[in-house]
Amino acid sequence: MTKKYPGTYLKRDEMYSLPGLVRYKPTAKYSFSAGIAQTKFLEGLKKGKIIGVKCPSCGRVYVPPRAFCEYCHVPMNEYVELPGTGEIHTAVISYISTFRQRMDKPEIVGVVKLDAPGYTKESYEFAGLFHRFCGITEEDVISGKAIGMRVKPRWKPENERTGSVTDIECFEPVES
Amino acid sequence: MRSNIHVKDKVAIVGAGITLFRRRLLETPRELAWEAAKMALDNAGLTLKDIDCVVIGTAPDAFDGIHLNGEYLADGSGGFSKPTVRVYVGGGTGVMVPIAAWWHVASGHCKTVLAVAEEKMSPAHPHPQGVFAYIWDPILERPLGPNLIWIFAMEMRRYMHKCDAKKEDIALVSVKNKRNALDNPVAQAAANITVEDVLSSELLVWPVNRLDISPVSDGAAALVLASENMARRVTDSPVWVEGIGFTLDNTHWYNRELGFPRYVNYAARLAYKMAGIERPWKEIDVAEPYDPFDYKELHHIEGLMLARPCEAPRLLKEGWFNRSGELPTSPSGGLLGVGNPIAAAGLMKVAELFWQLRYEAGARQVKKPVHRGVAQAWGDLMQAGTVIVLGN
Amino acid sequence: MPDVAIIGAGFYGFKPSVPELSFRELVFEAARRAYAEAGIDPRKDIAGFISCQEDFWEGIAIADEFAPEPLGGVLRPTFTVAGDLLQGIAQAYMMIKTGLFDIVAVESHSKQSDIKTLQEIYELALDPLYLRKLRPPNPLFMAGIDAQAYMMEAGASEEDLALVSVKNRNNGIDNPRASYSSTITLDDVISSGYYMKPIKNLEAAGFTDGAVVFVLASSEVARKFTDDPVWVKGIGWSTETGTGGWNHHVWGRMISAREAAKQAFKMSGLNLTDMDSIEIEDRFTYLEPLFLDEIGLSTIGYSVELLRTGDLDKNAHMPVNMSGGSQSIGVLLEATGGARLLEAYLQLKGKAGYRHHEVENALVASWRGPPTYTTSVLILSR
Repeated sequence: MTKKYPGTYLKRDEMYSLPGLVRYKPTAKYSFSAGIAQTKFLEGLKKGKIIGVKCPSCGRVYVPPRAFCEYCHVPMNEYVELPGTGEIHTAVISYISTFRQRMDKPEIVGVVKLDAPGYTKESYEFAGLFHRFCGITEEDVISGKAIGMRVKPRWKPENERTGSVTDIECFEPVES
Repeated sequence: MRSNIHVKDKVAIVGAGITLFRRRLLETPRELAWEAAKMALDNAGLTLKDIDCVVIGTAPDAFDGIHLNGEYLADGSGGFSKPTVRVYVGGGTGVMVPIAAWWHVASGHCKTVLAVAEEKMSPAHPHPQGVFAYIWDPILERPLGPNLIWIFAMEMRRYMHKCDAKKEDIALVSVKNKRNALDNPVAQAAANITVEDVLSSELLVWPVNRLDISPVSDGAAALVLASENMARRVTDSPVWVEGIGFTLDNTHWYNRELGFPRYVNYAARLAYKMAGIERPWKEIDVAEPYDPFDYKELHHIEGLMLARPCEAPRLLKEGWFNRSGELPTSPSGGLLGVGNPIAAAGLMKVAELFWQLRYEAGARQVKKPVHRGVAQAWGDLMQAGTVIVLGN
Repeated sequence: MPDVAIIGAGFYGFKPSVPELSFRELVFEAARRAYAEAGIDPRKDIAGFISCQEDFWEGIAIADEFAPEPLGGVLRPTFTVAGDLLQGIAQAYMMIKTGLFDIVAVESHSKQSDIKTLQEIYELALDPLYLRKLRPPNPLFMAGIDAQAYMMEAGASEEDLALVSVKNRNNGIDNPRASYSSTITLDDVISSGYYMKPIKNLEAAGFTDGAVVFVLASSEVARKFTDDPVWVKGIGWSTETGTGGWNHHVWGRMISAREAAKQAFKMSGLNLTDMDSIEIEDRFTYLEPLFLDEIGLSTIGYSVELLRTGDLDKNAHMPVNMSGGSQSIGVLLEATGGARLLEAYLQLKGKAGYRHHEVENALVASWRGPPTYTTSVLILSR
């Protein structure tokens, strides 16, 4: 395959100095409806509670709650409060922001596997949340000590809560 | 899906085309689609007049910066007064395109299909990473300010934990694929590098360094698919579509074990069942698993049942997946070596199997004789698996 | 016996705004109803799931992430078509015809009320190099050009086009899904002011939230689940040209509708005069006679005469948009064709909820809307 392949490479400054280059910033604004289930969850957060929902058919407990069971395709209305504790399923250390700028202080984020009835330690599925971690070190993440560590939510003061996932500042280790 | 079906029309791939994959290309998205489409048509010895239907694939519209991007690409892709459709499953789109093209032909509805995938990521400013900010759940995830790499890092970290794999074991994928890409004339990130180079490249989100990740790219790829009758007329060496499979897992990726990709596994089982494959690790001769990140190739090899869970890192170290190995993976150079214009990269993998199965891959041709290959792509929030099995 | 049938349909919403539900819950409600009608369990019986949607309508990049759960498609073959629901029906049709899939569900939805900058999203669909730089005051301007060109070609006046709005908005009065229906007169339309010359404000359809789900099955499976399936007799879809290639577009025409109709009629062995109900694009009034000209393979302007003589009215022999059309129901983004298919389906089943004559054969035609030139045509029989 020695033939020539189509395509004309441009260096960065070549692209930005192209004649007729169009700079365009989309104006795309939305106001998303949270819907029934996420609203319950967000209201719970405001009160410092983690709310799940139980499927009447298979009995799975879901966090965050949804209005219907994805495995049984039936509506769910039985909301349950969970203790909020759990263990770290995975954790990583981010040195970059959403838009890929370097951050001054790295951030530890990951997935919490929440304590919820109906799941075993080996279950592929679990009730869980994606969030920040605090009180654990970069070394804990790298060595693997962090994985499986028991954690609980650190809530913002009640008057600062707005009904958002950020009402939980982070998940921090349960003092033993 | 029903098993052991008798599909009405056998479907063959009879031509492939590809543009250069580069960080920035001068050509507009339409022009890129056209270049790849034209090359595929020429390769098949056909013209646009001979094409009945067109299937287009392109991933998030936000990269090209064009809403209804499939409509924008339509004429460049040959969709000029023809039945044209765009299919879409995020990063899995590249392999979804030939899957959809397959049923256009297998149903008897079209005799020839032009399947085109294009992506132009360079228009996104200041960095295409920003586009990924909008893939997250707007209410539950976006407020945490996530970066796309986070989710991969989390999955990689879990895989490392579950399989007791080290960063240096995983970095070998990047080394292998970038080296394979040295023989690929369209490759953007071909290089002779060492594990040390990967580990010492910029640390983005531990455990992910810059060289663990495929680059941002512009590019397009295309295939021509045809019914058996038509294929026999235009070529002596058609490559048959023997199996297809695709699945989407739930949106809540943080409600699942991240160490094993069941979304790929389910899709693979469907494709193997259709192809009559019972022992993929023995019956597949060459594979193009999706490798936007190096651990992903290992993860997907296991999902595709080409290795047992957690076995892939050891086999990799032993050279099993090299071009001269027992089961070569990503002989093209993969996304890590060739580049990652999302939908086009997935279709590139299918095109590579086409070349391998026709013994036309030149310096990239794998050592062992090849009869069957599997290509796979993954997409969304650890959700989409798209798998295609080809045979000669 | 045709190869593929629709064995269930469900819908939810169909109001200018449904703020109490998320788009996922909206789709779930529609899906539940469709599966109940078909008498199937999606988790066991359905082989494939298709969602028809576009990222910028959803405000989510890679919006197919949210497709599987509401449909019951988790861990099953599920994918999205970036197109109108009728294009999704075409995919389902082919999937079933291969023999690999016996039952396929197709979904589309509109949560346009979540979009705060709809005009700007339309602008984002324009060619970035040639058109956006011109900053057209209305990004849907090509519809105005087409309308003007059609009027010249067809010899139609603004009053002629206004008749479409009067007919369709009155047709929708007893349709429970038609939020924008009203008992308007020709004077009301003429005096409503210009939306974009020559289109008046009451000639541009409003926007609607809603979800529709259809269940398609192979003929042998359809017979097992229902005694009165609605058969897919013909299907066609076509793209005239890309949105960056308007230089190839024939202004005042909708070539893609003609091409799609040719395919669908050829496949069905039927022709336009066999149709008891015709549900065609009318988001702007000029589109109705234009579509009828094109799908009828007639000369341009033929349908304008039929409009004037009342031959397209609800009680005439060839009623067009007796549901009220998009003028009454509104535009549901990629579910627009789905909303019209729903009307045709319910008419065929005798369940439309409004008075109409017997329908044996129906035709549905949908356009993807500005700035595209993609059209799909579907022919259904009882």
